Amino acid sequence: MSRITGIGLTPFGRLAGASTLDLMSRAATDALTDAGLERREIDGLITGYSTTHPHLMLSTVFAEHFGLRPAYAHAVQLGGATGFALVMLAHLLVEAGAARRILVVAGENRLSGQSRDAAIQTLAQVGHPTYEVPLGPTIPAYYGLVASRYAHEYGIDEIAELAVLMRANAARTPGAHLTEPITAAMVRDSKPIAAPLRLLDCCPVSDGGAAFVIERADPARPGPRIRGAAQAHTHQHVSAASSLTAFGARDSAGRALAQGGVALADIRYAAIYDSFTITLAILLEEIGLAPRGAAGRLAREGHFSPEGAMPLNTHGGLLSYGHCGVGGAMAHLAETVRQMRGEAGPRQVAEPPLALLHGDGGVLSSHVSLVLENGR
Amino acid sequence: MSAEIPDWTTGREGLALARCRACGHVQYLRRPFCPECGSEDLGVEQASGRGTVYAVTVVARAPSPELSAHAPYGLALVDAEEGFRFMAHCPPEGVAIGDPVLTRFRSFGAGLVPFVTPEGTP
Repeated sequence: MSRITGIGLTPFGRLAGASTLDLMSRAATDALTDAGLERREIDGLITGYSTTHPHLMLSTVFAEHFGLRPAYAHAVQLGGATGFALVMLAHLLVEAGAARRILVVAGENRLSGQSRDAAIQTLAQVGHPTYEVPLGPTIPAYYGLVASRYAHEYGIDEIAELAVLMRANAARTPGAHLTEPITAAMVRDSKPIAAPLRLLDCCPVSDGGAAFVIERADPARPGPRIRGAAQAHTHQHVSAASSLTAFGARDSAGRALAQGGVALADIRYAAIYDSFTITLAILLEEIGLAPRGAAGRLAREGHFSPEGAMPLNTHGGLLSYGHCGVGGAMAHLAETVRQMRGEAGPRQVAEPPLALLHGDGGVLSSHVSLVLENGR
Repeated sequence: MSAEIPDWTTGREGLALARCRACGHVQYLRRPFCPECGSEDLGVEQASGRGTVYAVTVVARAPSPELSAHAPYGLALVDAEEGFRFMAHCPPEGVAIGDPVLTRFRSFGAGLVPFVTPEGTP
């Protein structure tokens, strides 16, 4: 068993002048302070990647910069699923005894470190270089295709409610990128991006960083325990997905729950990847946290609100806390830990005994699920 | 062998597929082997271009300044009658999921791309 003993999360948004290494360092400093550890007590380091600081060896670039001499280090790349993949790996490594205390860190000045055109163009390259990219798709276009199929099979009118909920949650979260209240009508009337997705269906591009300390469970050092962790990878390119309404999330989440001996009905908090409203709707429904086609309706009815039956992304998610790349989904875990500790301030829900976290990368192609148990 | 079959990815109007002679699997995203059984015995064929729209979007915000002059453009995933799925351009209006379509080709950016239109449109 492993525990998360420290979290660090910077504000997300436009943090002009901060580099990838600056943002990683800020988050790492906060995570070490939170864990009550010195640099020398860290013997493992796992990092993500940064589109504004591409490097063959980002982990050791950071280790040198920050002042670490780990016995184990490398970087991981799995698109949006990277954050939870890092956590799963750290969990496996401490359980295997390869390291004792691992710092997991990511950060990127994705907004201010490049032009918006450069960011959009870089991200669009996850498409197939021969059969997709020459047609001029974008990340929103890949998800627009997914959303069109969802609309065809289930109807899509209510998924705007998910964006409304994320914005309301962000308004109570210090450091959130977008906090101005929005309505479902504003989402539906916002600028078209990739039909049926509109601007407010899409997460912003942000600067930010996040970090965790993950160590082998020790009764003297409290923190949420990782009870289960699993992945599923079904395809890479949207053209190669066998279905645009069923992905690997059910498989991944199901195995993570089974590993932890936890039933979905025991989960009291959900932290689910929400790059677009459609991403969140599909993942909630596929995992089984909402019936097919009903995620938006449940959001409207308050089911996913902080006072509802299944609080969801109470910090505002990618849609409103923001999305800085690898650190984006890590904010979901930082918030889950805060909720478990009772440190979520005005957003505090009943401290959840068990939480389910799920991230996806690519176009719903790479899935990572985590089951977290409160271990105060 | 494949050089004889026109293929838009090499700048010649045509949609090509590769069929595995060992297991019959049809692939569009081409590799020199069958991803199902590993056989390297593939036959390249010309696809008819007839298919059914599986998903469709309209790109309002192009990925690069060079392509923004073309926006908005329609983008579809089409299920070809030969049993593979492909991405194609389509008109930004008047194309719906389930529509039977035919494939033509048009210039876009630096090359040629498939362009599907509903059957019966001129």
